[in-house]
Amino acid sequence: MKILIKNGRVVDPANKIDDTLDILVDGNIIKKVAKGIKAEGSVKVIDAKGKIIASGLIDIHTHLREPGFEYKETIKTGTLAAAAGGFTAICCMPNTNPINDNRAVAEFILSKSAKEGVVNVLPIGAITKGSHGKELAEIGDMVNAGCVAVSDDGRGVMDAEVMRRGLEYTKAFDIPIISHCEDANLSSGGVMNEGFASTTLGLRGIPKAAEDVMVVRDIALAELTGARLHIAHVSSAGSVESIRIAKKRGVKVSCETCPHYFTLTEDAVIGYNTNAKVNPPLRTKEDVKAIKEGLKDGTIDIIASDHAPHAVHEKEIEFDYASFGMIGLETSLPLILNIVREGVLTLKDAIAKVTINPARLLKLKKGTLSEGANADITIIDTESEWVVDVNNIKSKSKNTPFAGMKMKGRAVMTIVGGKMVYDIGI
Amino acid sequence: MPLNKKDLLEIQELSSDDIKLIIDTADSFKEVTGRDIKKVPTLRGKTVVNLFYEPSTRTRTSFELAAKRLSADVLNIAVSTSSVVKGETLLDTARNIEAMRSDIIVIRHSAAGAPYILAKGLKSSVINAGDGCHEHPTQALLDMFTIREKKGRLDGLTVAIVGDITHSRVARSDILERQGKSYFPDIREYSMQYCLTKERLKFAKDDAIVMHPGPVNWGVEISPELSEDKSTVILEQVTNGVAVRMAVMYLLSGEKATAS
Ligand SMILES: [Zn+2]
Ligand SMILES: [Zn+2]
Repeated sequence: MKILIKNGRVVDPANKIDDTLDILVDGNIIKKVAKGIKAEGSVKVIDAKGKIIASGLIDIHTHLREPGFEYKETIKTGTLAAAAGGFTAICCMPNTNPINDNRAVAEFILSKSAKEGVVNVLPIGAITKGSHGKELAEIGDMVNAGCVAVSDDGRGVMDAEVMRRGLEYTKAFDIPIISHCEDANLSSGGVMNEGFASTTLGLRGIPKAAEDVMVVRDIALAELTGARLHIAHVSSAGSVESIRIAKKRGVKVSCETCPHYFTLTEDAVIGYNTNAKVNPPLRTKEDVKAIKEGLKDGTIDIIASDHAPHAVHEKEIEFDYASFGMIGLETSLPLILNIVREGVLTLKDAIAKVTINPARLLKLKKGTLSEGANADITIIDTESEWVVDVNNIKSKSKNTPFAGMKMKGRAVMTIVGGKMVYDIGI
Repeated sequence: MPLNKKDLLEIQELSSDDIKLIIDTADSFKEVTGRDIKKVPTLRGKTVVNLFYEPSTRTRTSFELAAKRLSADVLNIAVSTSSVVKGETLLDTARNIEAMRSDIIVIRHSAAGAPYILAKGLKSSVINAGDGCHEHPTQALLDMFTIREKKGRLDGLTVAIVGDITHSRVARSDILERQGKSYFPDIREYSMQYCLTKERLKFAKDDAIVMHPGPVNWGVEISPELSEDKSTVILEQVTNGVAVRMAVMYLLSGEKATAS
């Protein structure tokens, strides 16, 4: 089937394009990007006047929960949520049950995704067996099976020597280690950011230093090994500054932040709102400012959702016992567009952080609208206003602190491999 | 003037008028507790449930006695936290209790914010009897009641709080025994640096009073030489605790009755 998307504003940072152009999709390939393409033969024409046409968004940090926690999310519901959020490819973290620390689990995820997935699913393997932080997992075999990176996300690799060996070993496969930077001794027992709010709420705090010290340690290890280090979900001003300096020094370090870290502060927890309980925790105004500066000057390369679904019985309980994490696939894009309107990022830079930048990090042939590329396309209405209604979201879990909030901007159509997988009407 | 509240969760939510009302009411209930027959029919037919997820005999006894002196029916439920982890949720448990027609639920829990879950989910009045390191509002009220009783006022006084403030609610009694994250190296170090002695009390005004929420760790927090001292009002705090809790339960029930 052919699709002709006409009159849209094509924003393709990889090719330095920001222009009103037409895009012709033939089968699963982008056939042509030009002005005034004529509809010939049987072709579905979409008038995208006033809309943004971007390469399909890529989320490099998603928790899909299958296998093992299907009551929270499945590959099917998670990819439906991704499509609704404008994502055409998502990388799923290995903290399932069993943990994705071997070829069998990776192959299960890939085959299940091929059958039931609505968008591309790219598994991330564990660094260590069982993510216990002790012995390296069979990383080579997982890479051959299709894993695009390794991470023990959910916890940090506490043993620096194990982390060093992981970094050294992954060099052979040219994949990054995605590091969840958290010193488990410093953060132990903590449930929110350590500061004024944690004191007044009587909740145990997690100091920013729990993140900062691990970022510094991992940078030192990346420097020692020459391996590729990617730091997950940067939330603190200290992390941003350390990464900025390391990059200047030429260390192969990249990083991501998440929309909640540039949108919310620790105050979102007040009233014991468990939907605002996330790891790393929501920080302070100063951190939000630093994250935005890091996004602006390019220190922070990528924006990822860290979509972390949890069921009602894991959230509507005592704050201390509630699970960490919030869903994010369906709210990431409007929150990113917020900081574009605020002037933190240009639209081109914002789109780069969810398309070509993650594609380059993981060496994916994705993230561009080049002729000949896969027809993964997201059509965005930046002006559409809507309210986050947990009854309408696609994710199986509803744990979002943005419930009931007004959003501006959303994906109106998501095309994966030339197939329209999400379409709310343009 | 009523206390227009369903629950008492934290001291911060009370205006100074609210606090004055509670203390004034406690004053008249204290008179009741001094009588031969220490009972009034104020809450007859009402059911008060003490839902304790953390043992605290003192607090539970005080609430129980307060409810009984108001002629309410009292049910004590002690839940061990270990059984909670895998079993029903806090809200499930509380809804089951409410289905048996409770009017007031007094909750003690090791997790900060736990009473808020009940307050949101239940029609019963909820009283926070201590939630983790967060609040223990009736304790604060009985402290204020005791101070006003001794000093005749609350304004313009200087209060020194001694202890592990960051672990505030816990600090006063059991932080030193707790495993793990104490701010202080050990008990000896604490007592040498912070134990309130006669000598140290000299830094306070001559008519200063010494209060403690109990149980006191004598020799560690307060020197035994002060136990019989006229400045020490710890036992009166216990007496006042019952009166304050009577006042809170009565006011939350929102009925026009008199304490006499
Ligand atoms: Zn993580
Ligand atoms: Zn994560």
